[in-house]
Amino acid sequence: MSTSEINLTGSSADAAEDAYTLSLDAPRSRTRTKKTPRSTRGNFEMAAWLFMRLSGIVLVVLVLGHLLIQLVLDGGVSKIGFAFVAGRWASPFWQVWDLAMLWLAMLHGANGLRTVINDYAERVNTRLWLKGLLYTATVFTILLGTLVIFTFDPNIR
Amino acid sequence: MATPVLDKAEAASAASPYITVTLRIRRFNPEVAAEPHWEDFQLEMDPKERVLDGLNKIKWDLDGTLTYRRSCAHGICGSDAMRINGKNRLACKTLIKDVNPGKPITVEPIKGLTALKDLVVDMEPFFQAYRDVMPFLITNDTNEPTRERLQSPEDRERFDDTTKCILCAACTSSCPVFWNDGQYFGPAAIVNAHRFIFDSRDDAGEQRLEILNDRDGVWRCRTTFNCTDACPRGIEVTKAIQEVKRALITRRF
Ligand code: HEM
Ligand code: SF4
Ligand code: FES
Repeated sequence: MSTSEINLTGSSADAAEDAYTLSLDAPRSRTRTKKTPRSTRGNFEMAAWLFMRLSGIVLVVLVLGHLLIQLVLDGGVSKIGFAFVAGRWASPFWQVWDLAMLWLAMLHGANGLRTVINDYAERVNTRLWLKGLLYTATVFTILLGTLVIFTFDPNIR
Repeated sequence: MATPVLDKAEAASAASPYITVTLRIRRFNPEVAAEPHWEDFQLEMDPKERVLDGLNKIKWDLDGTLTYRRSCAHGICGSDAMRINGKNRLACKTLIKDVNPGKPITVEPIKGLTALKDLVVDMEPFFQAYRDVMPFLITNDTNEPTRERLQSPEDRERFDDTTKCILCAACTSSCPVFWNDGQYFGPAAIVNAHRFIFDSRDDAGEQRLEILNDRDGVWRCRTTFNCTDACPRGIEVTKAIQEVKRALITRRF
């Protein structure tokens, strides 16, 4: 029995109906309808959950290594310039490192924000817009970054 | 025989233990007003009394319209979970002295379930999630058992913690994921699924796991530990949820 099925009687009968709709969240009915998604075997949520943990472990190495090299070793941030970047991307090792970091951090961050949106945005339209924005920004950044890593030209004028 | 006499003498000789306590209660009556409001009640109470005693004093002596659930008054029936000073607790297990009686003590209905009147909420979505995990023994043998279903102490120990649940909803209504849309099964349902999934006598663990593999199942848990903090039975709720997640990934249980 959901709240909407509770029938108040007598003098309460008319007061109740508006009061609920006005002041309170919608009753949280768990009744399953045709629109309720079927339980999905081999489940996206499980994959996303696992991905957050596995990518997190790899990111510890990639991100901390990245920060160490860029900001601490060899004179810190002041050494970074076009020549420094060109020097590193001359090696396939650092290309793969940066590519992996780009993809993992972007997908990890995007999936994290997807959960945050699911948790905090209550209205269907707000969710739709926020997620649309998030996915657009993610795809754009990943594609642009990948393009740059692969097409980088150290002799550009 | 001598004990009551002694008690009396002691109580009389000591200074009166009574202090003035303010209970600030979130009142709501849809027949009168659409919005809830706060109401303060001043009470003379012994700090060793419980918040439930305060509510009873109000209901019996000051304002009979105050509405709340309670039954056993000893932390067994699970009726009186409420938000006391912003934390989910059982009113019957919360001593006044433990909730900072120098300031007004706030008492609200638990969150995430629709308030019907004062401290009474609609528990139906909570129990629906409970029923959804099939909280009863399911076995493959169709014959009427002719003897007890035996189990080793180790096998019993495996799910001992989750047998202690009294279905008070303190955990589920403390969970920020449940607050959002109430579609998440919630910690209590997972605790009660855990109770059977890890029971060696039960044969439907696989089915229950599949139910909790749902979009609104265990994967929505964000490990905030609110449920473990809230549980009046001291159940390690978050741990139970993690064990279900692990069983889903390894398929060993
Ligand atoms: C350095 C190593 C990192 C580790 C070990 C790590 C680990 C994790 C884990 C396990 C979660 C899931 C939490 C949960 O579901 O309960 C998470 C969430 C998240 N991560 Fe990371 N992460 C790392 C780096 C990053 C980076 C570089 C970003 C940004 C691009 C990021 C952004 C996020 C966001 C936005 C969330 C969602 C927050 C939330 O669930 O409340 N993380 N992280
Ligand atoms: S697990 Fe604890 S807090 Fe949750 S319903 Fe059971 S007894 Fe209450
Ligand atoms: S009245 Fe039974 S648990 Fe508090």
